[in-house]
Amino acid sequence: MHHLWLIPTIPLAGSMINLLFGRRLPKIAVSGVAIGSVLLSFLWVLNVLSGLGGLEEAHIERYFTWIQSGDFNVGFDLMVDRLTAVMLLVVTGIGLLIHIYSSGYMAHEEGFSRFFAYLNLFMFFMLILVLAANYLVLFVGWEGVGLCSYLLIGFYYLKKSAGDAGKKAFIVNRVGDFGFSLAMFLIVVTFGTLDFARVFAQAKDMPVEAGVGTLTVICLLLLLGATGKSAQVPLYVWLPDAMEGPTPVSALIHAATMVTAGVYMVARSSVLYLKAPLAMDAVAIIGLVTAVLAATIGLAQNDIKKVFAYSTVSQLGYMFLALGVGAFSAGIFHVVTHAFFKALLFLGAGSVIHALEGEQDMRLMGGLRSKIPVTFATIFCAAVAIAGVPPFSGFHSKDEILLAAHHHAPWMYWVGVVTAGMTAFYVFRAIFMTFFGSYRGHHHPHESPWVMLGPLCILALLSLGGGYIHIPHFLEPLFPLAESAHESTLVYISVAAGLAGIGLAWLMYVAQPGLPDAISRSFRGLYTLVYNKYFVDEIYDAVIVHPLRDGSRSVLWKGIDEGVIDNVVNGVGRSARNVGSVLRVMQSGYIRSYATWVVLGSVIVVAAISFLGGSR
Amino acid sequence: MSASFLPTGVEYIRLLPEIILAIFGTVVMMASPLRPKESRNFLYTLTLIGLVAALWASIAAYASPGTAFQGMVIIDGFGTFFRVLVIGVGILTILISHQYLTRERAEPGEYYSLLLLSVLGQCVMVTANELIMLFIGLEVSSIASYVMAGYLRHDRRNNESALKYFLLGSFATAFLLYGVAWIYGITGTTNLAEVRAALLTPGLAPTGMLASAAAALMFIGFAFKVSAAPFHVWAPDVYQGAPAPVAAFLSAGPKAAAFAILLRVYMTAFEPLADRWEPILWLSALLTMVIGNFAALTQTNIKRLLAYSSVAHAGYVMVAVTTNTEMGTAAAMFYLASYAFMNIGAFAVVAHISRQGEKYVQIQDLAGLGVRQPLTAALLSVFMLSLIGVPLTAGFFGKFYIFKAALDANLVWLTVLGLLNSAVAAYYYLRVIVVMYMQEPVESTNSLPPLPTGLKATLWGAAAGTFLLGIFPSLVLDFAGRSAALVK
Repeated sequence: MHHLWLIPTIPLAGSMINLLFGRRLPKIAVSGVAIGSVLLSFLWVLNVLSGLGGLEEAHIERYFTWIQSGDFNVGFDLMVDRLTAVMLLVVTGIGLLIHIYSSGYMAHEEGFSRFFAYLNLFMFFMLILVLAANYLVLFVGWEGVGLCSYLLIGFYYLKKSAGDAGKKAFIVNRVGDFGFSLAMFLIVVTFGTLDFARVFAQAKDMPVEAGVGTLTVICLLLLLGATGKSAQVPLYVWLPDAMEGPTPVSALIHAATMVTAGVYMVARSSVLYLKAPLAMDAVAIIGLVTAVLAATIGLAQNDIKKVFAYSTVSQLGYMFLALGVGAFSAGIFHVVTHAFFKALLFLGAGSVIHALEGEQDMRLMGGLRSKIPVTFATIFCAAVAIAGVPPFSGFHSKDEILLAAHHHAPWMYWVGVVTAGMTAFYVFRAIFMTFFGSYRGHHHPHESPWVMLGPLCILALLSLGGGYIHIPHFLEPLFPLAESAHESTLVYISVAAGLAGIGLAWLMYVAQPGLPDAISRSFRGLYTLVYNKYFVDEIYDAVIVHPLRDGSRSVLWKGIDEGVIDNVVNGVGRSARNVGSVLRVMQSGYIRSYATWVVLGSVIVVAAISFLGGSR
Repeated sequence: MSASFLPTGVEYIRLLPEIILAIFGTVVMMASPLRPKESRNFLYTLTLIGLVAALWASIAAYASPGTAFQGMVIIDGFGTFFRVLVIGVGILTILISHQYLTRERAEPGEYYSLLLLSVLGQCVMVTANELIMLFIGLEVSSIASYVMAGYLRHDRRNNESALKYFLLGSFATAFLLYGVAWIYGITGTTNLAEVRAALLTPGLAPTGMLASAAAALMFIGFAFKVSAAPFHVWAPDVYQGAPAPVAAFLSAGPKAAAFAILLRVYMTAFEPLADRWEPILWLSALLTMVIGNFAALTQTNIKRLLAYSSVAHAGYVMVAVTTNTEMGTAAAMFYLASYAFMNIGAFAVVAHISRQGEKYVQIQDLAGLGVRQPLTAALLSVFMLSLIGVPLTAGFFGKFYIFKAALDANLVWLTVLGLLNSAVAAYYYLRVIVVMYMQEPVESTNSLPPLPTGLKATLWGAAAGTFLLGIFPSLVLDFAGRSAALVK
């Protein structure tokens, strides 16, 4: 036993302390409890991993039978294998840095203890999610992180937009979770268990499905769940709105960890997906479409957090592309490097927003390079990493994905390369608009305290050098090594696309600042379309939300609910109460009548037992 | 020969909980006049120590299972489960009674002593391995609880409650004792296993009917104690009149112990007669559910509502007993454990809201509680939702396992009718929640003092237990499942 349960439980304890007593504790104690619990959890992860050594085999700890019903039972089981190990390190490591950062960022905010209680609770559920040894425990974590995400998006609950964004995230995720639940039911029906080890052992012996079979349906339903949690087409719409939450939340939950849960879940189910080629293609295509769509929207956003949010959606698309073409380890590799540089981008953005007292519009920034130099230096590291400039971290993972995609279908590679160019462009556009030129706002920018800059520096180092942590090699025992093209030309092309994107951004936002306006004027229609995010929200509103609301109001509420159900219920209620008043006759209150009832009952019981039925 | 009459050391250990309870019950009663007048906490603490020690002893005794005192008591998983349950109910009752007795300016000494003795009787019941022992336990438990029901002797409602409980209880117990006598006459033994063996002996045909009649007579006694229809008529009057903590105790402890002996006797000694008693239990289960739930619909007094609800819940457990399977037994055990948490929790809130002299016991007196005391209202809502059987609470898994056991035993119609009943039940529980949250505060809620710390801790504990069993049912169900196989 390595007491895996301690890993999630310590943050849970921290959360409970802050939830129950946080309001009475000084801020330093609140953040101490929160950071301390994550630190302990991180150290325990290191201890467990060093104790388990190479992890050739999965280490499973079975605590107790959770639910039993006939032959079916679900245990409360946790496990660690190499995939979990990677996720554990990312979640607790990045989580720790973001907790430290938050203690500075949130220092002047209301609800300090509530914030940390939720954040710790999130850590608990996220760790349950990655440690789970069966689908149901995973689902507990899955729903739990969704709940925390909802609570934290709506953290500034007095702001209507924040509340709306929280609700939107919750409702959109419901659609995905419904798919996940159906997938679980189907897994139970097919395999009779939800335990990973047993499901995968059985699935290994099944033939690869040529058309649509049970496994394909299971995988597609799981994919629906993943598209909700990981913000893929068609359920990506909640993530950009989720930026209403405090910036550290965007970094931790909506960039580095929770949104990668879908990627993790698909990778965890790789055995099932490998038997369902059709589902694999669906994963790849959804990933690719998301990557392109979100990247183009990112080109025209002016809110610094929105740019990074669409960038997250797009990068998650890359990860799904990797999963879909069978390069599971490359997908997880990108999860890790993305966690480094995207957390850094968000935290850096947070530092900028902090410096400008809440300003998020890049048109009112500019020239901040000299005013907040440390933030600039670190965020620049993240930008070169995401743009795929060698030899920094993003280059390595993106390259693995693109090469695997080329081997699967060359056109996917080319689409991916164009997207990489756009990625480089919009990230550097943000950098140039924020830090170069002259300052266009009217605040007095000030550098953030070191408690915030420290995590930025560590993340900057990881973003630069993280590519040399060779995760695909580490994950080899779990995933068959995806065949990928090995042509250096392909590498040069993708790097060139990234550099071209940076160059173009330089040209348009530093060298020739008038150019973007000219372009947007000459391509008015296209620009409006992209600027308004292809009107997807409006389309969803018109096609789904309005009919649903109007239909609910006129048919379900006025018609069925008031007309049918209420009448039936009232009728049943009346007759039930009539039965009730008949029964009151029995209850006269006199002992003599009660004794009579006992005697009558006795006569019936004795007579019935004596004369009815026969002995065996 | 003479040496074998002396119990061995391990037999004392097996009976240690009862010994501890008897000693503490006596000591508390004797210490009552001697204690300094101003320290109310002394007896309270002493009682709690006694109960906790008995709890520990029950668990320790399970380390060496077996029979004791010439096979008169048996320590097995089943008995241990119920010992822990009834002692746990005793602890919860003490925790909610302390404040209540102070408020009603009642002497606590005899109350605590009676409670310890009642728990002692229940412990004897659940470990009894033969009929005389069982009867003694039942009487010890009952007589103590008759007195407790009328503890506030200046309150007329208390007097009425105690008198009704005593007269009708004695009446029903007479049936039980008569049945025991018949069994002894037919089989020449009172030991459960030997009764079973005698009933299984071929050539019993002429006495088979007599044995069944005896079983029926004993059933009347048991059915009265668990408030199963048609012997439930006393329950609403007694629960309504008794002090609220006593009503909580009666609906959880003695009822669980009575179900334990019902299960033990019918699943072991009378198991050979199952064909005969199963239809009667079937009918009784259905009637109990229907009467409890439908009568509760029209109640306006919250204590009476909870009393009928307690009758209805006895009906659900009767469904589990009717299955006559180990799964059903395990389900009944789980249900009684979860019911103890949620019902004591609900009665504790009622005890707090009723104020001195139990002035406010109408459902309308809860109006606006959600605004005035959100925490109290939230806790009561948790207990109500659990009584309905909403998922994530203990009540859900309790009902789930009972109806699953019933389906597995092919009791399809009973399951269907039972489920319909629990749908009806939702109405009167939800009404309480509606009154608390959707009506304007009234005088009773406006003047409500905050929850005392001790009561708050108990309520948190009961709510935690309700959720724990609702989220991790296996913690209890595993043990129940293992110990449901009774020694036959």
